[in-house]
Amino acid sequence: MAAVQLKNVIKRYGHGKTANQVIHGVNVDIADGEFIVIVGPSGCGKSTLLRMVAGLEEISGGDISIGGRVVNKLEPAERDIAMVFQNYALYPHMSVFDNMAYGLKIAKVPMDEIRSRVDKAAKILELGPYLARKPRELSGGQRQRVAMGRAIVRQPQVFLFDEPLSNLDAKLRAQTRLEIQKLHRELGITSLFVTHDQVEAMTLAQRMIVMNAGVMEQFGTPEEVYTRPATTFVASFIGSPPMNLLWDAPKGRPNTIVGIRPEHLDITETGWGLLVEAVEMLGAERLVYGRWSHGTGREIVIIRTSEADAVPALGSTIHVTPRPDKLHAFDAATGKRM
Amino acid sequence: MVERRPILSLVSHLILIIGVLVVAFPVYITFVASTQTSEQIVQQVPMSILPGDNMIETYRIALFGGETSYGSKVAPVSRMLWVSFVSAMVIALGKIAISLLSAFAFVYFRFPFRSLCFWMVFITLMLPVEVRIGPTYEVVSNLGMLNSYAGLTVPLIASATATFLFRQFFLTIPDELIEAARMDGAGPMRFFKDILMPLSLTSIAALFVIQFIYGWNQYLWPLLVTTEAGMYPIVMGINQMFTGGDAANEWNVIMATAILAMIPPALVVLLMQKWFVKGLVDTEK
Repeated sequence: MAAVQLKNVIKRYGHGKTANQVIHGVNVDIADGEFIVIVGPSGCGKSTLLRMVAGLEEISGGDISIGGRVVNKLEPAERDIAMVFQNYALYPHMSVFDNMAYGLKIAKVPMDEIRSRVDKAAKILELGPYLARKPRELSGGQRQRVAMGRAIVRQPQVFLFDEPLSNLDAKLRAQTRLEIQKLHRELGITSLFVTHDQVEAMTLAQRMIVMNAGVMEQFGTPEEVYTRPATTFVASFIGSPPMNLLWDAPKGRPNTIVGIRPEHLDITETGWGLLVEAVEMLGAERLVYGRWSHGTGREIVIIRTSEADAVPALGSTIHVTPRPDKLHAFDAATGKRM
Repeated sequence: MVERRPILSLVSHLILIIGVLVVAFPVYITFVASTQTSEQIVQQVPMSILPGDNMIETYRIALFGGETSYGSKVAPVSRMLWVSFVSAMVIALGKIAISLLSAFAFVYFRFPFRSLCFWMVFITLMLPVEVRIGPTYEVVSNLGMLNSYAGLTVPLIASATATFLFRQFFLTIPDELIEAARMDGAGPMRFFKDILMPLSLTSIAALFVIQFIYGWNQYLWPLLVTTEAGMYPIVMGINQMFTGGDAANEWNVIMATAILAMIPPALVVLLMQKWFVKGLVDTEK
């Protein structure tokens, strides 16, 4: 187990004037045993960042250290890490046992030791009955567990997960999410987990890195990220439906974007007038989409109400009042929290 | 086809049967001729299409050589079979080994002039032995490789086709697999041996069949580089049996040799086909 530090990490493709910089100086201090989720939309550089930690991409600038040792120039196998790939990357011609044992065999671990480590991992992951099978004879969830088993048997300092749940169906995904949490509690190994799914990020992370266009927008606990988003990007990316970002909110200050989460707007007798455009029933809650009845009338506002509330009629005007302590203000020019 | 049309399937079967007959009948005639004595073949016109009773004697003479009833000497075919077998094996295995390695280099290594090298290899597709036969002969004879297995095989080993085929196959192997192997600490040759080779087994089998037959059927090149009877491959040996001039051809022995020449490639196809299908269908090894 080890702490991981990223110091001003930069990734650039190409050289000179045509160089295309995709990661713009990421600084992160990850404590020993922490579970970190890197989340962001596709193309934001989150996988690139993970692959740089893994040693599969060269580091163009800055330093990455694992357990106090700078690993910039080390081969992946020398970094004492293990990675779970999105498509699992199991060796198709090897049995489950051989898949898990391959890295240990190369490292010349004695056969008894390999057997006991694989058996232990298989027990944790409930793969015991499948050790002799080939990957193609397993279901998606089982393959995913083999991929995790391959990572566990190496007893690494750091686990890296590259969207490992994206090929599973919704039910299995929720189940595997719990398994990963349990595994992390039991083994206590520092983990970096890349995902584009904010639910995964919120539920798994002890702290999360929100990335956008190669820039780290925020680094904090899920609660911090949700309640105090650092930028408008984070505010609109985390939370479903996203935070309302209002340019012409009533009583707004100039050059300020006002943010308010849908659940923090209450339908009241008086307040901001809103023209109801659509109502979505989601079971326990209801989403009301409306437009300001003042100003340009272009901005759409989403309100989350409970099923117990009265259903507003389409086309009618309702009034909403924000909870004053839940209002966020962002600089209109930089998008940063004020 | 999903539809059931009795007339259509009758017609298609008829065409297929005719096709089989057209291909199989000459082979059958060859076999029948090899079971008769040369007198029977010459005297009976048209030739009997039922097997004769001289089969064992004909094949004995063909395989081990000796004197026929006409009194002419026949060279032993068993030696030719051996020469053909060795050179076909060396060509097939050599082609596979070299093209596996060169495709591995082209796909997984970054080196200067990589694409130039690849295109140079690719262009040799346009230069089969027949085109470069003069200079190649010069080189082989200067190296003193005439009348040797090396002379028969080495100039035919380098293969652009196989390199290209393996390259295309390697390109379909997902990058994640290579990365997983790197994480596991497998070096390039280890990755080649443990992962690439087992995954390419079916392609290797297919190529072996094709290249074995290619090597077996070489005619023009052995004709140039072999002058000693002991180094004649069988395909060329058949031709040497035609005495020409006034002397009578030992038709029964020639036909027996032709049958013997057909058997090994047919066996390779049959056996490897079984293996090939097994590799594709069987989930357990």
